[in-house]
Amino acid sequence: MSTTMPTPTGTTVRPASATSGALMSTWSAYLLVGAGALLMLAPFYFMFVFATHSRTEIFSLPPPMWFGNDFLNNVQILTQRLPFWRNLGLSLYVGLCNTGLTLLFCSMGGYAFAMYEFRFKKALFGLVMGTMLLPSFMNMIPSFMIMDLLGWIDQPRALYIPGAASAFGIFLMRQFIASSVPRELVEAARIDGCGELGIYARIVLPLLKPALGTLGLITFISSWNNFIGPLVVMRSPEMYTLPLALRSLQSPVDTEWGALMAGSAIATLPLIVLFALCSRQLISGLTVGAVK
Amino acid sequence: MRLSLPSFLRLSPRYAPYALLAPFLVLFAVFGLFPLLFSLYLAFHSWEPTSGLGAMHWVGLDNFSFALQDEWFWKSLRNTAWLAIASGVPQHLVAIPLATFLHLAFRRWRNAMVGAYFLPYITSSVAIAILFSSLFSTDYGLINLAIATLRELPLLGALLPQAAVDWLNDPDSLKPAIATIVFWRYVGFNVVLYLAALQTIPPDLYEAATMDGAGRFQQFFHITLPSLRPMIFFGVTLSVIGGLQLFEEPFILTGGKGGSDQAGMTAAVYLYRNAFDFNDFGAASAMSWLLFLIVAALTWLTHRAFRRKDD
Repeated sequence: MSTTMPTPTGTTVRPASATSGALMSTWSAYLLVGAGALLMLAPFYFMFVFATHSRTEIFSLPPPMWFGNDFLNNVQILTQRLPFWRNLGLSLYVGLCNTGLTLLFCSMGGYAFAMYEFRFKKALFGLVMGTMLLPSFMNMIPSFMIMDLLGWIDQPRALYIPGAASAFGIFLMRQFIASSVPRELVEAARIDGCGELGIYARIVLPLLKPALGTLGLITFISSWNNFIGPLVVMRSPEMYTLPLALRSLQSPVDTEWGALMAGSAIATLPLIVLFALCSRQLISGLTVGAVK
Repeated sequence: MRLSLPSFLRLSPRYAPYALLAPFLVLFAVFGLFPLLFSLYLAFHSWEPTSGLGAMHWVGLDNFSFALQDEWFWKSLRNTAWLAIASGVPQHLVAIPLATFLHLAFRRWRNAMVGAYFLPYITSSVAIAILFSSLFSTDYGLINLAIATLRELPLLGALLPQAAVDWLNDPDSLKPAIATIVFWRYVGFNVVLYLAALQTIPPDLYEAATMDGAGRFQQFFHITLPSLRPMIFFGVTLSVIGGLQLFEEPFILTGGKGGSDQAGMTAAVYLYRNAFDFNDFGAASAMSWLLFLIVAALTWLTHRAFRRKDD
């Protein structure tokens, strides 16, 4: 998209009076934008640098600016203070289960909303979309009580099952199916004697790959980062997901900053890799509601 | 290829949508709608989690009047408003010119730049808040160190704090620290929104304006800004909704307690503390509904504010 965009006030129409002052201001704008980008990335850099230093090195003057060699030590402290690998595995497990369920249920639901006419369709869709605007704190207290009632406290399913009822997922799938699955194809399959679920599973689902990829990425990332959910339902350190585990290492008196930074870096690295590989897909998926 | 399923799975097109929607709708009802109704019910009851679900008592509007007379609730609302404005307004003031400049002057590097600004949005807010609590540390933190270095500069130096700032313990400094993190995390999201909107402005508008001798600043104020208005509405609404539910950054930065003099206690943090620290689920539910009403009212007001010029 970027390479073919015409520049509205392109260089060709720049007035002849473009003085050295104007040129200077353009260059300083470039510098400012570039410096801003570096400033955005700097915290990540220091997260990784600090992850390789001990607590005393991090809190010395001047603080470390380049990588050290205490990373493995820090990881060792992490594993002493926490069931860290278990926490990491649990984050991965919850993320994958949540993603799988969301993709299945939202593609089915989105397909129903996009391709069928049925009673209460508009009202139902409106209701689902309405909950997208609800602030997350509305759910904090009652969802704890429901989990308590169901006996799901300290159970991973308390995180990935409710997460699968994603209004955003329904929205994304419905949009995609309505715009890119041809109705004629569905009709033709029906005439050929394919059952309704067969049409979904064999005709529609394979066409949804791009949307499933986007929704999968977004769901996994938000599950991986989820803090309020586990904060409310997870009680024992063995059941902590990564954000909760890292938070539990913070203490007013004796925080192992090196270990905490190593843990944060381990929690952040997969996201940076995912973003580097699919930034376009992620950015457009996350802003799809705005752009329509 | 066989195109048939076992006969019990064959549905008529009439019932198929219900079958397809069923799994989602069941979860949506149980974990999306029911909690909402339940929290409304709870807001009119008193309940102590230790005494079981049977121990709920109808108390009418007591929880609401308690919340409205609670000084800490008001304080948490003021904190939240302060943070929402201090982190939200600069996001848009920076994102709009930034997106405009990226749109006009960047081609090959645009995606890389957008990526750099967007990256904080997808990373764990807990990891980020933990990192920033070390960057903001008083004696050894990089942020105070950077300020101390910049202080040597003429002019700019005079504007900066003259001593090391106790970001995380001084009530007056905690809020700017939180707002900085929130700004850093969300500014890139807004840049992407505005970039998308900028790409829909027809280039001939600018060409015509250039013909008429309009300078770049005039074009920005007379073409770009008015065209962006719907997106500004949308972006500001998202910032309002997001700002009023600010939870993770202040929660981590203050160790879950709200900070000295409760300066970092946002409404969402106070809700959480009411329920899980003070065991007052009824009051917490009432507060969540009051806060929801504020969010809804502000969304509506933003909508009106940006609509008016069209009429």
